Amino acid sequence: MHKLYTFLKYSFVALWTMFVVAPFLWALSTSFKDFQSVTSKVTYIPWVDFKPTLEGWRVLVKSPARGGVDIIEPYFNSIFVTCAASAISIILGTLAAYALSRFTFKAGFVRNNDITFFFISQRIMPPIVLSIPFFIFLSTIGLLDSLLGLVVVYIVLLMPIAVWIMVDFFNRVPKELDETALIDGCNPYQAFYKVVLPNSIPGLIVAGMFCIIFGWIDFFFAFILTFTEVQLLPVKVVALNSSVTPWWSLSASALVSVAPLIIVAFIVERYLSKGNLSGALK
Amino acid sequence: MNLIADNLTYKPDEQFHLNDVSFNFKKGNLYTILGRTLSGKTTLLKTIAGLLNPDSGLLKFEEKNFGKIPVWERNVAMVYQQFINYPHLNVYENISFPLKQRKISNDEIKENVNESLKTVGLIGFENRKIQELSGGQQQRVALARSLAKKAKILLLDEPLVNLDYKLREQLREEFKKIFSQGISEETILIYSTTDPQEVMELNGEVIVLDEGKVLQMGPAKEIFENPKNLQVAEVSNDPPMNIIKGSKVSEKIKFENINIDVPNHFSKLDNKNYNFGIRASEIKLDNNGQEFEVELAEISGSETLLHLKRGSTKVISLIEEVMNFKIHEKVKVKFNENKFYAFDENENLVSSPYGVLNG
Repeated sequence: MHKLYTFLKYSFVALWTMFVVAPFLWALSTSFKDFQSVTSKVTYIPWVDFKPTLEGWRVLVKSPARGGVDIIEPYFNSIFVTCAASAISIILGTLAAYALSRFTFKAGFVRNNDITFFFISQRIMPPIVLSIPFFIFLSTIGLLDSLLGLVVVYIVLLMPIAVWIMVDFFNRVPKELDETALIDGCNPYQAFYKVVLPNSIPGLIVAGMFCIIFGWIDFFFAFILTFTEVQLLPVKVVALNSSVTPWWSLSASALVSVAPLIIVAFIVERYLSKGNLSGALK
Repeated sequence: MNLIADNLTYKPDEQFHLNDVSFNFKKGNLYTILGRTLSGKTTLLKTIAGLLNPDSGLLKFEEKNFGKIPVWERNVAMVYQQFINYPHLNVYENISFPLKQRKISNDEIKENVNESLKTVGLIGFENRKIQELSGGQQQRVALARSLAKKAKILLLDEPLVNLDYKLREQLREEFKKIFSQGISEETILIYSTTDPQEVMELNGEVIVLDEGKVLQMGPAKEIFENPKNLQVAEVSNDPPMNIIKGSKVSEKIKFENINIDVPNHFSKLDNKNYNFGIRASEIKLDNNGQEFEVELAEISGSETLLHLKRGSTKVISLIEEVMNFKIHEKVKVKFNENKFYAFDENENLVSSPYGVLNG
């Protein structure tokens, strides 16, 4: 019985792994194909089924003048905007979340939960509603089509996520822990960064990951708020499409686009299992 | 150089958490705060620590207005009923944390930490993670941290309540030892509990608290022997003291058609209605006694708590062995008349088997 269970368990995991990994393998295989190999018949393995070529990858680094789409600059732009916006969102969001979790605010009918909901409600709104206000706002302050402008907009998108996750996390850290820190001679700031913060690393990682993912994959605002000066990766990847869909270079760009997220996930996964997310505090 | 409270009152909602609490705690003494859950014990300790600000009243320590000093400068230590330690630090770092905050030299920190580890019996656990310790060990770490600080006021908020029975017994014994040895003459020790037995064993000055109000203050023996009123009698006994509505008529205690000879200490009482009090341990099974019906029999450890009923009178008898009873079974019990208390219609103590009443 036990053996059967183990067998079924591993079979399921194996099936699921194939299900998850298959699209990546397919994209990897396709990225080395040319027009002929994609359109003729179904082919899987390079050298056996078809003759591999690097053309799909070359397109990504060639300048437009020579028929490529040069994603290198947009790539670093995307990394910069995502990291900067995530970092600022996490810092501001964590501070806001701590205050919302520990102190009681009253202003008219507004209470802590209302403030928390205000943050979350930023995500409830469809992004398209914000597109025109953001456009006007950025053009007024002269940040349209600039990295800084994108960072500002992304903070608006990402900070609610950070606040939401961290409020929930801080609510689960017993208040007595802060109080003990105060009694043990920490002032409120020291209690926060010497005691509360080190015990919130799993929460910070989860929040950080969500920020990075949502920042990295955003197409809409990157598309609306930039023209020629600055471009982000998602917009550039879409620009690959022409009359003939270049499956090979689309596959290659898809792989390089998800690469950073996969790297982050691997680093973080190790940390999450080590820092036992749930058992740290009883 | 005492800790003095003047009319502390705290009422954050409909109910009083502290209601006009005043006291004068002296250094080198142990004070136990006895009260049921939600009686205001934790509120009082948090107020002394500075985590709560009372609505009114004054707290003074060493001739200074304590209320004006922030928590982190008060030099108090507190152990919570939950085992609160810093989960990201190991045992040694946990205990040294408050000392590091004070910027004490490393050698001195080491000496202090080792000393308090020794006191709580955790030598050799320095590098363990908090999560790897049992509940009892975690609470010892918390205690060691507060001892290492050598704080002038040490607050213990029901430190044993979340431990299992056996560990509680053991740790309670150790606490007594630690309190007698490890606490200097410079420290005020304040210990809160719901357990009257703990209060008697620790044998300090007792403050009986209910609904934020101080019901009685005095040495443990005094509270046990002369509970000022019915509330104190109930709170300070486990199981609560039995209260029987009855009357004294011509040298007899009468209730539910039972006549019991009046004990000597009742001789001066007027003939009228009283609330008679008697501890569960003073009601014993006896074939020559009065007939009662069994409502419930609880076995707890090596004792049996027998819930009895006769007419509208309900009493609990404590039998010091494990016995089985059927529900609705008739049993005969005898009341030890020499241990009867009498409370008047205002629920104040008028006569006690232990004699003299002061006021």
